[in-house]
Amino acid sequence: MGYKLVRSVLIVNRKIKEYSLSDNELIAGILADSRLTLNHLYQSFFPMVLQLILSNNGSEEDAKDIFQESIIVLYDKVKAGNFELSSKLKTFIYSVCKRLWLKRLNHKGRNALNISDLDDFIALEEDLDQHEIKDKLFWQMEQSLSQLGQPCRAIIEDYYIQNKSMQDISDRFGYTNADNAKTQKYKCMQRLKKIFFSCYSSISND
Amino acid sequence: MIGLWLSKPESSEQRVTLKIDANIKLIRMKHDQQLIDFVERHLRGELSPEELAEFDQLCVEDQEVKNIVIEHQSFIQHLTVYGARKRLVSDMEEAYQQFKVGGIVKQREKTFTIKKLWHTYRSHITVAASVALFAVITTWTLMRHFSDSGSTSYSILRREVNSLKQSQNALIRNINGKPVNKPEDSGRFRGTGFAISTNGYVITNYHVVQGADSIQVQNEEGQSFKVKQIYVDPVCDLAVLQISDPHFKTFTALPYSFKRSLSDIGEDVFTIGFPDDKSVYGRGYLSSRTGYAGDTLAYQVSIPVNPGNSGGPLLDSHGNIIGIISGKQTHFDGAAFAIKSKFLLKSIEAISQDSLDKKIVLTKRNMLAGLDRKDQIKKLQNYIFMVKVY
Repeated sequence: MGYKLVRSVLIVNRKIKEYSLSDNELIAGILADSRLTLNHLYQSFFPMVLQLILSNNGSEEDAKDIFQESIIVLYDKVKAGNFELSSKLKTFIYSVCKRLWLKRLNHKGRNALNISDLDDFIALEEDLDQHEIKDKLFWQMEQSLSQLGQPCRAIIEDYYIQNKSMQDISDRFGYTNADNAKTQKYKCMQRLKKIFFSCYSSISND
Repeated sequence: MIGLWLSKPESSEQRVTLKIDANIKLIRMKHDQQLIDFVERHLRGELSPEELAEFDQLCVEDQEVKNIVIEHQSFIQHLTVYGARKRLVSDMEEAYQQFKVGGIVKQREKTFTIKKLWHTYRSHITVAASVALFAVITTWTLMRHFSDSGSTSYSILRREVNSLKQSQNALIRNINGKPVNKPEDSGRFRGTGFAISTNGYVITNYHVVQGADSIQVQNEEGQSFKVKQIYVDPVCDLAVLQISDPHFKTFTALPYSFKRSLSDIGEDVFTIGFPDDKSVYGRGYLSSRTGYAGDTLAYQVSIPVNPGNSGGPLLDSHGNIIGIISGKQTHFDGAAFAIKSKFLLKSIEAISQDSLDKKIVLTKRNMLAGLDRKDQIKKLQNYIFMVKVY
């Protein structure tokens, strides 16, 4: 199945190459939150990662996960504003994926000799450490939100993530007016904070 | 209750302060909500310059307020990061699906004409293919079924005694002028066997004694002894025989021992067997740790063997028995097979000792190590028998 995908992807890729974006264009796209950029990233780099994972004890699903993680690392780095294109974007993604996959393989206790002996082109320690902290915070928030329960979660998400107005939220959840919704939002927020910070101490803040 | 009153006389006063605390808390809560609102508006940059100044003043004046502000700011930050990542993940999911679909669509375009043909002629092709498959399988099965084992590429090495051999026997007798010890009937099949204990137990291949009416073993000196089958293991192709002849004198000790572990490829090996009416020595090397078609029960040995060698011992240079010759590959040079000694020992151990009148005691001492090959063979010869099957 996996290999079939690789093959079909390679066929497509040959056609796409003609209008593929340069690294700088891609980075500009990331900064501009362009959705098309993501499509381009998949078309340009996913086949490479798929092959890397498939030839090293992984499945297509693993490749998808690892690639997603590497894109998150890239986005975080680019958005933090300290991304200097010291290598090709392709090399960066490949190295990140390789590291992440090695780590996962080690975690599973499987032999990973196949890729460990390849040279690393770029130093990624800092990026990956940061990614790990961010990852933990993300899951921390996810867990806190699910502990919070409904409708609190929906209110918080609508207001803080979807950036909906208090009036919309009030209408959606059937509050008599926006002020009531606001009070409810405040209470939800206080509870969420409590849940989040009660586990927060376990995560290094630096 | 009284004790409490006594020990805490100021308690009524405390109750009053508590009430005031609660009031403050209520006020503070309202205050907090406003504060948080303020902070959020500040973060969104919605504050007017006057409000901004008021806010800064508040932060400077009240440390507690400042802490709340910092905490809330960092929390909103976490929440925003969370939201951004969540959005990114869902976007990626979409991009991945698009990418996947794109790949499949393109492939479909390429194979469209083939697919169309396939759809039109699917039923015809299916029928034709199944008929062909059926024919192939039937032919193959029939061929396997009706061809005798000799035509397969694995051939067992028991010797079918024919007239030619009998004439050779006669020839030997004529030359020597004395008859070989009672060669009354040379039997239907010949093979080789060897002693596994001093009290007359002999091991050979199952295919040598398969379907036998009676079995005799004949030693190097030409003495024949009647034997009975004690145990057969068709899977490993092994048979254990016991010499039941009263003329048989027990051996003092066997010169060889059995190797339990696997031998290595390239090991120098030799065998003695009866492809003829006399014992014949053959020398070779272990060429693979698996036998015919990857059979893990056997070794592949590069050694000259012929029909009649079946059941002969395979020894390493130290005189340890590492296997038992069982067959060879036809039309294939130097590929003989020997069942590993490990399975030989397993078979022997599987025999229930209670049902035996004499126990099988395997020798652990090896008297052949260090001797040169000629002396090894001299010592060995007495313990290797020709197995004659009637």
